[in-house]
Amino acid sequence: MSQDITEHRYENGKPKLRRFHQARWDEPIIFELSREGQRGILVPEVEDEIRDRVGDVMAPLPQYMRRKRPPKLPEVSQPQVLRHYVRLSQENLGTDLNIDVGQGTCTMKYSPKINEQLVRMPKMADVHPLQDEATVQGILEVMYRFEEILKKISGLDRFSLQPGAGSAAIYTNVSIIRAYHEARGEAAKRDEIITTIFSHPSNAACAKTAGYKIITLYPDEDGYPDLDALKAAVSERTAGLLITNPEDTGIFNPRIQEFVEVVHEAGGLCFYDQANANGILGITRARDAGFDLCHFNLHKTFSSPHGCGGPAVGAIGATQELSKFLPVPVVEFDGSRYHLNHDLPDSIGKIGPFYGVAPVVLRAYAWVMSLGPEGLREVAEIAVLNNNYLLKRMLEIPGVSAPYARGKRRIEQVRYSWEELARDTGVHSEEIGLRAADFGVHYWTSHHPFIVPEPCTLEPTESYSKEELDEYAAILAHVAAEARTNPELVKSAPHNSTIHTIDHAPLDDPSQWAMTWRAYRRKVREDGESGPTKE
Amino acid sequence: MTEDRPIIHPYIPNSVSAVKKQMLKEVGAESVEDFFEDVPEELRLKKPLDLPPPFLSEHALKRHVEGIVEKNKTCGQYLNFLGAGCYQHHVPAVCDEVNQRGEFLTAYAGEPYDDHGRFQALFEYASMMGELLNMDVVNVPTYDGFQAAATSIRMASRITGRRDVLISRTINPDKLSKIRDYCKPELEIKLVGYDPETGQLDLDHLKAEICATTAAIYLDNPSYLGFIETHGDQISRTAHDHGAICIVGADPISLGVLTPPADYGADIVCGDIQPLGMHMQFGGGQAGFIATRDEERYVMEYPSRLFGIAPTSVSGEYGFGDVAYERTSFAVREEGREWVGTAAALWGITAGVYLALMGPQGMAEIGEGVMCRSRYAMMEMEKVKGVEAPVFQSPHFREFVVNFDGTGKTVEEINRALSARGIFGGKDLSEEFPELGNSALYCVTEVHTKGDIDRLVSALREVVE
Repeated sequence: MSQDITEHRYENGKPKLRRFHQARWDEPIIFELSREGQRGILVPEVEDEIRDRVGDVMAPLPQYMRRKRPPKLPEVSQPQVLRHYVRLSQENLGTDLNIDVGQGTCTMKYSPKINEQLVRMPKMADVHPLQDEATVQGILEVMYRFEEILKKISGLDRFSLQPGAGSAAIYTNVSIIRAYHEARGEAAKRDEIITTIFSHPSNAACAKTAGYKIITLYPDEDGYPDLDALKAAVSERTAGLLITNPEDTGIFNPRIQEFVEVVHEAGGLCFYDQANANGILGITRARDAGFDLCHFNLHKTFSSPHGCGGPAVGAIGATQELSKFLPVPVVEFDGSRYHLNHDLPDSIGKIGPFYGVAPVVLRAYAWVMSLGPEGLREVAEIAVLNNNYLLKRMLEIPGVSAPYARGKRRIEQVRYSWEELARDTGVHSEEIGLRAADFGVHYWTSHHPFIVPEPCTLEPTESYSKEELDEYAAILAHVAAEARTNPELVKSAPHNSTIHTIDHAPLDDPSQWAMTWRAYRRKVREDGESGPTKE
Repeated sequence: MTEDRPIIHPYIPNSVSAVKKQMLKEVGAESVEDFFEDVPEELRLKKPLDLPPPFLSEHALKRHVEGIVEKNKTCGQYLNFLGAGCYQHHVPAVCDEVNQRGEFLTAYAGEPYDDHGRFQALFEYASMMGELLNMDVVNVPTYDGFQAAATSIRMASRITGRRDVLISRTINPDKLSKIRDYCKPELEIKLVGYDPETGQLDLDHLKAEICATTAAIYLDNPSYLGFIETHGDQISRTAHDHGAICIVGADPISLGVLTPPADYGADIVCGDIQPLGMHMQFGGGQAGFIATRDEERYVMEYPSRLFGIAPTSVSGEYGFGDVAYERTSFAVREEGREWVGTAAALWGITAGVYLALMGPQGMAEIGEGVMCRSRYAMMEMEKVKGVEAPVFQSPHFREFVVNFDGTGKTVEEINRALSARGIFGGKDLSEEFPELGNSALYCVTEVHTKGDIDRLVSALREVVE
C-alpha cells in the first residue's frame, strides 16, 4: 500500500518537521571485519636488482629492534574498507547536511565546493614544503596575498598564518606578549593575564599553559565585561588582556577601546580574539580599537571546513612594533619574487613544522576573492540579520530567554537560557539538544562553566535561508512543547539516532575506560592480551 | 552593490532584497545598521575594505586561483628526495575518497549521537595506532608532531613533578625551537650529544647529565638525521633508573618492521601521522599523535580529547564518548591540562583509513621496501666521487645524511644544478648542523624506483665529477 505524506509535509501551508532518522548501520569495529589474508591495497614491489644489491637490510639492526610480530591491524579488502568508512560518514552530520546553527561560537558556514577542488589539485597537494622557492611561487603568492587581505580587515601590520588553529594562535600570541615584556626587562614581574568569562576557554587555558596567573572578569548586570573590575585587576603585574568581542553571548562591548586603554596604561598588551569576527567583517577593525595583536580562525570565519576538528589555521596579526616577534618564517615579496624570510632575530622562533596548513589558507583566500569588499560586508550583515531574526523566533518559544542586554540587538550569535523551561518541566538544555537530534540537527549547550543557566548558543551565520532558520526554531519550539506535555519523551532522547542512550560512567572509570579496541578487549571483554607493562 | 542591480551571492541565501526586507520587518529593524548599535561610531569603518574586486562567477574564481597555483612545481613533475618531516608516500585513493566526504569534511563538534561516525572513526584510528605502537591509549590528533613532542614532554614533567628535560642533540632544530617555546615557563632543557661516527645518542653523556631532577629523556627514532637509534633499550633503562620518563618520537610508517618503542621501554610515544595517507600539501598534512600505557596517572595528564568506547541502553551496541573530560580546558578552562581545541582530526580519520587498507602485511612490506630503496640509494651515491653516503655508520630507515665536502661544491650549488635537471635534492643541513660540513638529508620512499635513484646518481655525477 502506497503511503501519502503530503499531509505530513505541510500543515496550514507551513512545513512540518522532518520524519528524520539518522543512518543506523550497526557498523562493526574495523577489527571485526578482519579476515586473515585480505589486503586493502598493494605496495610497490622492490625491484630484484635493488634486492640483490642491498641484501638483508634488517641484518644490521640488533635483534630487539626488529619487529617480531606484525602489528595486529585488521586485514580487510578495499571495497569493504570503503563501505565501512562511507557508512561511518553517513552516521555523521556535517554542515553539508544539517542546519548547522546549533554550534555557536564556531561559525558553521558553507564551505564552497570549488575551493575543495582547488586545494586537491596536484599543484597544491603534491608540493613539498622544502622545495626551492622558485618552484613554490604559487602558494607563496597565495599566502602573501592573503596576508594583505587580513591586514586590511584588521588594520594590523603583519600576519603569521602558521598556528594550527585558534587555540594555537592564542598560545602564540601569549608567547609574543612574553617576548615583548622580556625585551623590556619586565617579564618576571608581569606574570598576570586578564581575560573574560565569555571569551573562549582557551584564552585562559593557553595563558596558564604559558605560565601566567589568570584573572577572569565577569559580566556586569547588562552582560558587558565589567570595566570597573578590569580597572581593579590591572597593575604592574599585568602582562596582557585576551578578550573576545563580540563575546560568546553575541554582545559587542561598546567600551572595548577603554578596556584597551586601561591595559595599555598599566603597561600591558591587548590581544583581540576574533573567533567571533564573522559579524563585524568590514564593520569595525582590531586596530581601530587599539589592539596590539589579534587572530582569525580561517576554518570558521573564512569558510575552510572544520574537518571534524581540524586541520585549521589561526592567523595572528601584530602591530609594526610587535611584528618582529612573530614566528618564522614570514612571507615577503620583493616586487618580482615571493620569499620566505627566516631571519627575524627577535622572533619567538618556529612554532610548528614548515609554514602552517597551506590548503586552509588557499580556501580562505578563494573565499574572500569570491566575495570582495562588498561581499564580505554582506556576509557580516546577513549573519547578523539572521541572528537577530532567529533571536526573534527563539524568544517566541515559551521558556527560553536571552539573558543580558535586554531589548538590545546582538551581533552574530546569542547565548540563550532554558532556565524557565527547566524549572517548569525538569528538562535540561542538554536533553533538548538530544531530542533536537531526532529531527536531524545538531545542537550544543555552551562552554563551561554555565554562567548562563541551561544554556545553548546559536550562531546562524550567513549560510542559512530564512526557511532553514524557521525550521530550526520550529524544531526547538516542538521540543520545548514536548518538554511540557511529555517530558519523558525528551529526557529519553535520542530516539532516531544511530545509537541509543550511552552509559557514560565507564568513560570516567579508570578500570573500565577503553580508548582503543585492544584496551576494550582486555578490560571489558576480557578476551584480549595485555598491553605493555613498565619494565 | 547598487540598489538597482544587487549582487545575489550564491553562498548567501538571504541577500535577496525581498527576503532581507521581510526579515528586517519581522524583527522591527529599519536597516541592518540597527544591529550594530553597540559598535561606537568612532570604531566604525566608514568606507568599504580596501580589497581587490571579487571574481564573482565560480568559473572566473577558478581561473584566477588556478592561475596563481599553476606557478607551483610538483613532486610529480620533479623527482623528489626531500623529507625532513614531510614525506612523499603513495596516498591510497580511498583515503582521499573518505576525507573529502562532506559528512566528515564539514562536521565539527557534534555529540556522539549526531556524529557517531566521527567518534567511531577516530576510536578506530586510535585503536589501529595502538596496535602499531603496542600502546593502549592514543589521543585524538594534535596539530603536528612538534606539538605532540612538546606536550609529551610537559606531560612527563607533570607526571614526575620534575623540571629538567634531556633531548637528543640530533633532534630537528625546528622541533627543538617549538619545544623551547612551549616549555619555556616551566622546564629546563639540556641537549645530549651524539657519537660523530654513528650519530647514536651518547650514552656516557646521557649518564653524566641525568639526575634526580630529570623528568624525561626525549629522542626520535628513527632520528631526524635518518639513522635508527639502536640503544633505545639502554636509554630507557637509564631513564627509569633515575625515575625519569622515556619519550620516543616515532615514525609510524617504520613500525611494520621496527620494534615499537614501547617494547624497548618508552613510556610516551609521539610523532606525526602525515606519512599515513596525507598528501604533502606544502606541509599542510601534518598531525600529531601521543600514545601511552593505560595508566591513570598518564591518562589524566593528556590535554587532548580521548575517545572511549561505552555501552548503550541496547545490549551489544557500541557507543562512544569523551574519556575523563574533566581534565580538559573545555571543562575547566585554565584548571585543565594545557588546552584542547580544533587541531587535525580529519587527518586522524584518514590515517585510520590508511592503516585499515595497509593491514599488517602492507605495513611490513612498505617498511622493508623503504629500507631497501634507501639502502640502495646510499650505496649508489657513495660511489660518486667526493660524495659520502651515509655519513653515519648506523642502520637507516628512510633518510640519510650525504656529505659533499669532497666535491668542492656546496649543497646549495649542487641542489641548484639538480633542480635544473628536474630533481629536488636533499635538505641542506649546513646551517642546522654546521659540524656536518656540506651535508644534505636525502629521503627515499616506496614511490622511488631503481630508475629514479639511478637518475639521481647519474645527475649527481654530472654535477660533481
